[in-house]
Amino acid sequence: MGMKFALGVVLGLALAAIVGVKVLGLQYVFGVVIPYAALGTFLIGFIYRIIDWARSPVPFRIPTTAGQQYTSLTWIKPSKFDSPYTKLGVVGRMALEILLFRSLFRNTKMQLREGGKLTYHWEKWLWLAALAFHYSFLIIFLRHFRFFADPVPGIIQWLENADTFFEMGLPGILLSDFVLVVAATYLFIRRVVIPQVKYVSLPADYFVLFLILAIAITGMLMRYIWRVDIVSIKQLTMGLVTFHPTVPKGISVLFFVHLFLVSILFAYFPFSKLVHMGGIFLSPTRNLPNNSRMVLHVNPWDYPVKVHTYEEYEEEFREKMVEAGLPVEKPLEGMEEDKAE
Amino acid sequence: MKIYDAKPILIGLLIFVGFVSMPFWLHGGKVSPPPDPKLDTPAIQILEKKECVASKEYMRTSHMVILNDWRTQAVRNSKRFYVTAGGANYPASLQRACMKCHSNKAQFCDTCHNYIGLAPYCWDCHLPPKQETAQATK
Ligand code: HEC
Ligand code: HEC
Ligand code: HEC
Ligand code: HEM
Repeated sequence: MGMKFALGVVLGLALAAIVGVKVLGLQYVFGVVIPYAALGTFLIGFIYRIIDWARSPVPFRIPTTAGQQYTSLTWIKPSKFDSPYTKLGVVGRMALEILLFRSLFRNTKMQLREGGKLTYHWEKWLWLAALAFHYSFLIIFLRHFRFFADPVPGIIQWLENADTFFEMGLPGILLSDFVLVVAATYLFIRRVVIPQVKYVSLPADYFVLFLILAIAITGMLMRYIWRVDIVSIKQLTMGLVTFHPTVPKGISVLFFVHLFLVSILFAYFPFSKLVHMGGIFLSPTRNLPNNSRMVLHVNPWDYPVKVHTYEEYEEEFREKMVEAGLPVEKPLEGMEEDKAE
Repeated sequence: MKIYDAKPILIGLLIFVGFVSMPFWLHGGKVSPPPDPKLDTPAIQILEKKECVASKEYMRTSHMVILNDWRTQAVRNSKRFYVTAGGANYPASLQRACMKCHSNKAQFCDTCHNYIGLAPYCWDCHLPPKQETAQATK
C-alpha cells in the first residue's frame, strides 16, 4: 500500500510539472520561483533542525560495550575506535562512520535454523549498496556544479573526466549515473523482498527512494536519450545564482520535471529522514569520548531541590514535640531557663 | 535557549551553508553572458542556404551524437559520406566536414564548451583547423 502511494505521489509530481509547463506555460514558476523557494526551505529548515538538536543536552556518555575506556584494568586492552577515550579517537570513529559507514559494515543477519539454532551471518550487501549509492550521489551532485559556476572550476572538469573514464559513446557514459541507479534499485528491492524490512517500511521510506530514482532517470534521459539544450539550461541556472533570473526559450519539459523533483527533494529534506546527513554528526553514541571515569559530567537538568532539613523541622514543631514528650536536640528556651534557676 | 557544544556545531553548520550557497556568493550580482557561437567563416559565407548537416535545434542538443555515428560508420563500416535530410552529401568527417565550415573553432565550438566546462578529447589526435592553431586556447 505505502509503496503504491509513494509511487503515485512521485508520478503525480512529475505530471504536475509537465502540465504546469506544457499546458499552463508556467516556465517561470517551475524554473525560478519554486527552485528559490525550495532552496530557502532547505537552508532554513536544515539550520532549524540542527539548532533544535543542539539545544538538547546530552549530559552523559553512552559507552558502547565494544571496549573499555583507558587502561583501568591493565589486562583488558582499550579499544581505540570502538570506545575511544580521547578526542582524537572520537574523530577517528566519526570519520570511519561518515566516510565508510562502519556501523553498517558490522551489520549481521540473524536466522533461526531448524532445531531452534540461532545463527548470525555476515551481511555486507546493504553496506556495499549504501556506500555505492551515497558516493555516486555525491559525485553527481558535485558534477552538477558545472551548471552553477562560470568559469567551471578545474576540479569539476577533472571529476567529469574521471567519471567518463571509459570514453564510451558521445556524450560519454558517466559511471556514477549507472552506479546510482543500480544501488538505489537494490535498496528498493531489499525493502520489498525481505519480509521484516518490508514490515517496517513506511511510505516515507519508499518516497525518497522513488524520488531520487526519478531524478536520476530524468537526468539520464536528458543526457542519453532526449537530449536537451545544455547551453540554454546553463543560462537559466546562472540566472538563478546571479539573481538575474531568466527563462530562455526552447528548454525541454524534461528539464522542468527534473528540476521540480529536485526542488521537492530539497524542500522535503529537512522534514524527512534525509536529515541524517546533518544528524550523523550529532549521534551521541558516536561523537562522545567514553571518559565517564576520568571526567565529571554534570546533568544540566539538575535544579536546586527544595529540602526541609531536620533542624528546620524541629524548629517548627519543637513545642509540640516537647509537649508530647519526644526527645529534641535543642531544648525549648523557657525550659532551659527553668533548669538554670 | 542554550546551545550545547555551540562552537563545533555552529562552525560545522556555517561550513555547510557556505558550501551549499557557494554559487551565490561567487557570482552574486554579476552577470555571466551566454556564449555566442560565431558563424562568420569563409566556408559558411559562400553557402547559399546557411544550413548545418541537420536542423539547428538538433545540432544544438545532439551534434556529439552525429559525430559519434560518423566515427563509428567511418572507422568500422567504411561509410565515409553522409547524406543530410536535405539531400546534401558531406564527408562523414570531423576535420573535413564540421571543421571545414566551422573553421573558427575558438569562436564557435570552444565558446559553448568553455561555458559548460567541457574539453572534448578529440583534439588529442585530430588536428584543429589551421588558422586557429596559432592561438589555440584548448
Ligand atoms: C551551442 C553550443 C555548442 C557548440 C557551438 C558546439 N558544441 Fe559541442 N557540445 C555542446 C554541449 C552543451 C555539449 C555537452 C552535452 C552534455 O554534456 O550532455 C557538447 C558536447 C560535445 C562533444 C561530446 C563531448 C563529451 O565528452 O561528451 C563533442 C565531441 C562536441 N561537443 C564537439 C563539438 C564540435 C566539434 C563543435 C564545433 C564544430 C561543437 N561541439 C560546437 C555545445 C556546443
Ligand atoms: C556546410 C557547412 C556546415 C557543416 C559541414 C557543418 N555545419 Fe554546423 N552549422 C552550419 C551552419 C550554416 C549553421 C547555422 C545554422 C542555422 O543558423 O540554422 C550551423 C550550426 C551549427 C550548430 C548550432 C550553433 C548554434 O548557434 O546553436 C552546431 C552545434 C554545429 N553547427 C555543429 C556542427 C558539427 C558538430 C558539425 C559536424 C558534424 C557541423 N556543424 C557541420 C554549417 C555547417
Ligand atoms: C586516439 C586518437 C583519437 C581520438 C582521441 C579521437 N579520434 Fe577520431 N579518429 C582517429 C583515427 C585514427 C581515425 C581514423 C581516420 C581515418 O580512417 O580516416 C578517426 C576517425 C574519426 C572520424 C571519421 C573520419 C574522419 O575523417 O573524421 C570521426 C568523425 C572522428 N574520428 C571523430 C572523433 C571525435 C568526435 C573525437 C572526440 C570525441 C575523436 N574522434 C577522438 C583518432 C582519434
Ligand atoms: C540532488 C540533486 C540532483 C540529482 C541527484 C541529479 C541527478 C542527475 C543525473 C543522474 C543526471 C544524469 C547525467 C549526469 O549524471 O550528469 C542529471 C542530469 C542533468 N541534471 Fe541533474 N540532478 C540534480 C540536480 C539538478 C539541478 C539542481 C539541476 C539544474 C538546475 C539539474 C540539471 C540537470 C541537467 C541539465 C542534466 C542533463 C545533463 C547532460 O545532459 O549532460 N540537476 N541529473
